[in-house]
Amino acid sequence: MIDVAGIAASEVKAPVIDYKELSPLLALAGGMVVVLMVGLLRPRFVRRALVPALSAGALLIAIGLTIWIWEPGDRQPIIEGALSVDALALGISVLFYVAGLVTIVLSLRANAPSEAGHGEYHALLLGSIAGMVVLAQAENLVTLFIGIELLSIPLYVLCATELRQRVSLESGLKYLVVGSVGSATLLYGLAMIYGATGSMQFGGIGSAIGGDELSATDPLLLTGIALAATGLAFKASVAPFHQWTPDVYQGAPTPITTFMAVATKAAAFAVFLRLFGQALGLAQLEWAPALAVLATVTIVMGNVGAIAQRSLKRMLAWSGVAQAGYLLAGVIVASELGARATAFYLAVYLLMNVTAFAVVVARERVSERGDDLASFEGLGTSQPWLAWPMTIAMLSLAGFPATAGFIGKFYLIDAAVAGDYTWLGIVIVIGSVVSLGYYLRVVAVMWMGRFEIEMPGPARRLVKPAAGWSPEADALAQPEVAAIAILFAAATIVFGIYPDPLFDLARDVGSSLSSLR
Amino acid sequence: MTIHLSIVLFLPLAAGLVGAVLPRGMARWAVLAGTVAVLAYAIAMIADFDSAAGGLQYETNDQWIEELGIRYQLGVDGLNLFMVLLTAIAWVPCTLWAAVREQDRPKLFFFYMGLAETAVLGAFMAQDLALFIVFFDLMLVPFYFLIGGWGTGDRVRATTKFVIYTLSGSLLMLAAAIALGVLATPDGGQLSFSLEVLEQRSVPEGTQHWIVLLFALAFFVKAPLFPLHGWVPETYRSTPIPVLALLSGVLSKVGVYGFLRIVLPVMPEGSQHWQELFIVIAVFSILYGSVLAFSQDNVRLVVAYSSIAQLGFIVLGIFALDDEGAQGAVLQMLNHGLVVVPLFLIIGLVAARSGGGESLKELGGMAFRAPVLAALFLITTFATLAMPGSANFIGEVLVLFGSFEDKLVYGIVASVGVVLAAVYMIRLFQRVMHNRVGPAVRSRDIGGLDLAATAPLVAVIVALGLYPQFVVERTEKTTFQQIAAAKALADGGEARAAAPARQGE
Repeated sequence: MIDVAGIAASEVKAPVIDYKELSPLLALAGGMVVVLMVGLLRPRFVRRALVPALSAGALLIAIGLTIWIWEPGDRQPIIEGALSVDALALGISVLFYVAGLVTIVLSLRANAPSEAGHGEYHALLLGSIAGMVVLAQAENLVTLFIGIELLSIPLYVLCATELRQRVSLESGLKYLVVGSVGSATLLYGLAMIYGATGSMQFGGIGSAIGGDELSATDPLLLTGIALAATGLAFKASVAPFHQWTPDVYQGAPTPITTFMAVATKAAAFAVFLRLFGQALGLAQLEWAPALAVLATVTIVMGNVGAIAQRSLKRMLAWSGVAQAGYLLAGVIVASELGARATAFYLAVYLLMNVTAFAVVVARERVSERGDDLASFEGLGTSQPWLAWPMTIAMLSLAGFPATAGFIGKFYLIDAAVAGDYTWLGIVIVIGSVVSLGYYLRVVAVMWMGRFEIEMPGPARRLVKPAAGWSPEADALAQPEVAAIAILFAAATIVFGIYPDPLFDLARDVGSSLSSLR
Repeated sequence: MTIHLSIVLFLPLAAGLVGAVLPRGMARWAVLAGTVAVLAYAIAMIADFDSAAGGLQYETNDQWIEELGIRYQLGVDGLNLFMVLLTAIAWVPCTLWAAVREQDRPKLFFFYMGLAETAVLGAFMAQDLALFIVFFDLMLVPFYFLIGGWGTGDRVRATTKFVIYTLSGSLLMLAAAIALGVLATPDGGQLSFSLEVLEQRSVPEGTQHWIVLLFALAFFVKAPLFPLHGWVPETYRSTPIPVLALLSGVLSKVGVYGFLRIVLPVMPEGSQHWQELFIVIAVFSILYGSVLAFSQDNVRLVVAYSSIAQLGFIVLGIFALDDEGAQGAVLQMLNHGLVVVPLFLIIGLVAARSGGGESLKELGGMAFRAPVLAALFLITTFATLAMPGSANFIGEVLVLFGSFEDKLVYGIVASVGVVLAAVYMIRLFQRVMHNRVGPAVRSRDIGGLDLAATAPLVAVIVALGLYPQFVVERTEKTTFQQIAAAKALADGGEARAAAPARQGE
């Protein structure tokens, strides 16, 4: 039943390539080469300003091209049988580009690019984004895996770009080891799925499962699904495969942490939607209960883990684990509504987390206490323009109304209930209640006076100070970071009150999985 | 005259925002002006209200989030008319009280006051379940900051506990509400959370049971009622006085209001199923609250526990599933709000005269040098303990009559609460105003601006005691409609047949 003839045919015949649809990816790849070359030039201006500007330019062009080719509906093949484009791929890739832009801006004053070389740093970043785009556009198992690797390998390096910091190197190494295990598991699972269904193509897998020859409970298929889910769970930091997350997030340079938190997660969930929603959708009854249990464990562990943290980066890492559990709910129901809710929440998640991380970046560069909670003490009075965005981000992550986080959770619970997973909806809200414990603590520290718990030892600052001698100097030190925080916080509120644009986007994204219920 | 509810709703928030851009000293007056304008608007609305018509008036009904079936639907009927008025009335003296005192970070404080009023008004006026929940949860945000930022004592812990308690209930309610909306949608139908649509649709009885239970959880925490009142002592101790008056006087009503607005008409079977349980909880709250109010030393906590007992009465009246009981509950919701707000403001004045002491041991003997303050306190005390001649008396009697009808035993047990109320309120008054003069007490009479804040409220209490019919005739029609379906079930009939179609009117 293996389609030998098909493979043979594709070897002799060059695939048809649609360059128009491929153009965003080409822009990224071109940008990557240009940035790497320009980075070799010596002048300070080139390295500090031109390289980031060119990288941002590549991303902006990619966004522009994406809007140009935007068309909701059926999949358009880009490279026959390997990549194809639809609203899911395009919509999610806009999230990657935005996350990339944010990372570039946040990196402007960071140590990491100068240590590792500006050209390399930005080229790696663009490469990782290109991997994500490939991942989102993948049409078969091989391109999926290539995408995963192309996204991961630059990230392993980027995590370790603070060359003189032990924690950064440790973070990179840890991510490399864990990420490789995840990739290997995923690859093994994909091989088994191929073995069971005889097809590399998502469409072929779907029709094989729907066909008569293969039962959905085939042991080989189920093992493959389980291993693939495990591999993706590593990438999406779904419990119990999340242990790397806090350490890696904490050790990596904070702009890279931001990028990993929002973009990697979006990429992982794009694959979850594609693989589980599209290719394996017909076997939903088999894998959904297992994933639902996984989601529950993730929500519980993430939220409980976050409570004990005083490093904001670690706390956000744990909160990211919990949020991955919420997002899984949209995948589990394998419905168009679920896909829409997932896409919507991913966009919202980007807004909230970028806001929070931008404030962390701003604080850790001026405070002696680094990203410890103590460096947020009294921020409400001393720097309200940072305290307000952080407050909004925290309230939104906790799911308070009038923020986008509320609508996102509403949508996810709606999808869960409509997909007969009401109990999962209740798990989500219970998780949100627990999460209040740590989100509100940040708010309380900023607005309501001192943080009572004493430190065991002084927290060390890990980044080069940008200011820190007076609040006035802090305020002027890094306007671009504050601007990012304010911009994304404002968007969180605006989409919390008027979410229609995001719904339109989510509807287009959902429509590309129209094979679903 | 046309009345736009959106204007009333967003006026306080707008005033708060205006205050935030004005110079430091001006913010308070901007927000105060906003609350006064809301009050004026509410009074105009009462004057204009057509008490003969049963349905919603001044309705605003627009699409908000189409994808989720959430509508921006506001309306006023007999049930929430006086709740809106109570909110409008209560906010003016509390804002005035805060405005004449020095506040730390005044812009923020008054911004939160404005936001809070908008949220509470929204919760009262919302006619869409999801919109109700949005405002219900939004209320927490300003109160969280007001308690945590301007409170006393261990305020961060208190406010965190308050929010976590309340939000545990209301997030579970959110899940239940979404489940209700989704499960009630017929095949091919459009998802909707509009209450009038939900009343026409139905969900299976078994599903209603757990949904009602989750709603009740949220409302009981908010009220608060007996086993879910764990946040009360700390929060009441730490909250600044004007905020506390609002928390206890107005916010607590949103929960019980939710029963009449949402639970009973939308899920009559589920409500009837838990009737016995809820009545037991109500009676327990009455007894527990009364006994604890009697044994407290802190003045605020005396009133706090008395509120638990009062809210118990209201829930008893609602779940008696009887016309008189429900009418009594609605009346009592207004009455309790009206007496608790001045009561807390007076407690604030009293504490200021004893150097901040709020323990009964430190107070005493104030009446001699403060006759006006003592008179105001006496009137509110008598109203709280439901002295005949006060509107509270009418309210409690109606509640008890309602429960005697079907649930005689519970009614008799609950009436013990009336007696206990007299005991703890008179004890409070005596210990504060009479007895030996407390060690740190420097008694002086109420000042002009504080008098302006409290005296009108006391006047309203007296007026309502003289003419409670003013409220009853405007509320009874809608109140009866809201409980009709559940009542019919309790009497052994069919729910859907008994419910008068609201659309028809």
